[in-house]
Amino acid sequence: MSILVNKDSKIVVQGITGNEGMFHAQQCVAYGTQVVAGVTPGKGGQKMDEVPVFNTVDEAVKATGANVSLIFVPPPFAADAIMEATDAGIDLVVCITEGIPTLDMLKVKAFMKGKKTRMIGPNCPGIITPDEAKVGIMPGFIHKAGSIGVISRSGTLTYEAVAQLTERGLGQSTCIGIGGDPIIGSQFIDLLALFEEDPDTEAVVMIGEIGGSAEEEAAQFVSDNMTKPVIGFIAGQTAPPGRRMGHAGAIIAGGKGTAAEKMAAMTKAGIHVVKSPADIGETVVKVLGR
Amino acid sequence: MKIHEYQAKALLKEAGVQVPRGVPIFDLNQVETAVTELGGGTVVVKAQIHAGGRGKGGGVKVVNGLDEAQKVAGEILGMQLVTHQTGPEGKQVKRLLIEEGMDIKKEYYFGIVVDRASECPVIMASTEGGMEIEKVAAETPEKIIKEFIDPVLGLRPFQATKIAYGLGFEGKVVRQASTLFMNLYKVFEAQDCSMVEINPLVETGDGRVLALDAKVNFDENALYRHKGGWPELRDLDEEEPLEVEASKFGLNYIKLDGEVGCMVNGAGLAMATMDIIKLAGAEPANFLDVGGAANAESVANAFRIILSDPNVKAVLVNIFGGIVRCDRIASGIIEATKMVDVNVPLVVRLEGTNAEEASKILDESGIDMIVARGLADAAEKVVAAFK
Repeated sequence: MSILVNKDSKIVVQGITGNEGMFHAQQCVAYGTQVVAGVTPGKGGQKMDEVPVFNTVDEAVKATGANVSLIFVPPPFAADAIMEATDAGIDLVVCITEGIPTLDMLKVKAFMKGKKTRMIGPNCPGIITPDEAKVGIMPGFIHKAGSIGVISRSGTLTYEAVAQLTERGLGQSTCIGIGGDPIIGSQFIDLLALFEEDPDTEAVVMIGEIGGSAEEEAAQFVSDNMTKPVIGFIAGQTAPPGRRMGHAGAIIAGGKGTAAEKMAAMTKAGIHVVKSPADIGETVVKVLGR
Repeated sequence: MKIHEYQAKALLKEAGVQVPRGVPIFDLNQVETAVTELGGGTVVVKAQIHAGGRGKGGGVKVVNGLDEAQKVAGEILGMQLVTHQTGPEGKQVKRLLIEEGMDIKKEYYFGIVVDRASECPVIMASTEGGMEIEKVAAETPEKIIKEFIDPVLGLRPFQATKIAYGLGFEGKVVRQASTLFMNLYKVFEAQDCSMVEINPLVETGDGRVLALDAKVNFDENALYRHKGGWPELRDLDEEEPLEVEASKFGLNYIKLDGEVGCMVNGAGLAMATMDIIKLAGAEPANFLDVGGAANAESVANAFRIILSDPNVKAVLVNIFGGIVRCDRIASGIIEATKMVDVNVPLVVRLEGTNAEEASKILDESGIDMIVARGLADAAEKVVAAFK
């Protein structure tokens, strides 16, 4: 019914005693997610509501069997937190933190190479499998269980797309915000591959934006490997070149990474490209013939 | 973050990179001291603005002796320098760099950036010095040497040597060039750069290798660990005043040329809002991400900044309330309109948690605004409001 997280996922929240970490951990619990542990060095032995807090991820994993980590650690320490989770053998790391230096992320990616841990983010809203597990900061109630996969580089724009789907009765299998940074854990292609294999996903919505070439790579992947329909939107069709549009990774550099290029590559690959962000839900309805 | 050429060169020099001798000046009465210090012969007068293409725009001139230096410095300092990167209005030159003239034998290109696709730093070098690397990449990609760097190990000496031979350096100069490359990489890594670009890198008649120009950009996410260093080199004159003002309130604002101001939460939705304004037949006046909080104070500040742009004929507020409830945002907007006089049509679209209650609050507030439901409706209403 989903990819990466489900009702059996056991979550450890790194940075659970901070303001943001605590608030969102509570929201995840309220949604029904199994938050089994928290980690804050020096606060091991305490409890956040009913959730036991440990000093290290390793201890948390050994004591609770946690297999997914949700990270709210501030930027100077976030890269280390991702590596700690990887070292502890966590299956999936979801890093919400915005503002991690790029060179730190390059080292994180090098560290993770060859290890089993998969990363989502950083600088992302997280991942949700409706009615099963919310591992992130998205508002749970706009989602509805169903068969549409959603992958996006954005936060609120993802909510916008999800709301359009839900409003039209189209539920989601899993929704993932992959993050707005230039260096991220999972790209469109990694997740498109998972959705293609997931028997309960019928179609995928991918929401890209200006900067980099992840959408072009995704287009190639779709054209070569996907049998399921993909509906795409690119934000930043009116963005000026050379300016960073909020997200660290959203920049047209040296004339490359424009929305026009991405939309052309996606259209060529057979992706149903939507021009207006208001038409995402309606286009999915049409493509599926509902 | 960008810095000026003279600042970049000072940083490089500190790391052992050879650069021409030079003196930055801010006032014409400093020209004489500068030229004298450089020995009085041939000097280069270089406009210091953040945009590229300064030479073609007439902002870089080679001159002989003090008299000519003074005359040319007088022409360049204070001029509106127009390059392909400044836009037609150009950029006023407020600082100059006066440098010793160089006997240039050959020019090269050398740059370090982070390659997003391969997730590591990459060095690009070329014998086509002085040309834009994008142009070389498009027209003669075989002339670009690419060397990918292990982010953990850094640039290895054999790689630096390989690049030096690849560029055709010979004899003793090879060692000089490779040492310079090693030092440039050290700066890139130690200073959290997003780009180090030397264009041109030159070999002189007497067999020296120097950075004749230098462009160094930094990763602003790493600002916290360079306090007292490069963050101090920020030149607010180079930035749009409204953007500087917005940044003081933690607002992410970028000024554009259109007539519809927009205020949105989240960068992706903000870009999408600009796009849908365009599709509805108008042009966005700005990009503005108010962030997660979107309370009365941040909304009031955002209104003030958007309305400071005289081109703005209408404003669209587009908020997707997630964790923050729409009814609270609605109250924030109402309060903000009491703090700031919104003198153009205002269209508000709130979606998400408690959106119904929010619409009701806005409707009953008696404040002159148009409430929209859905993205398309919002864009159509804001365009219709002023056209």
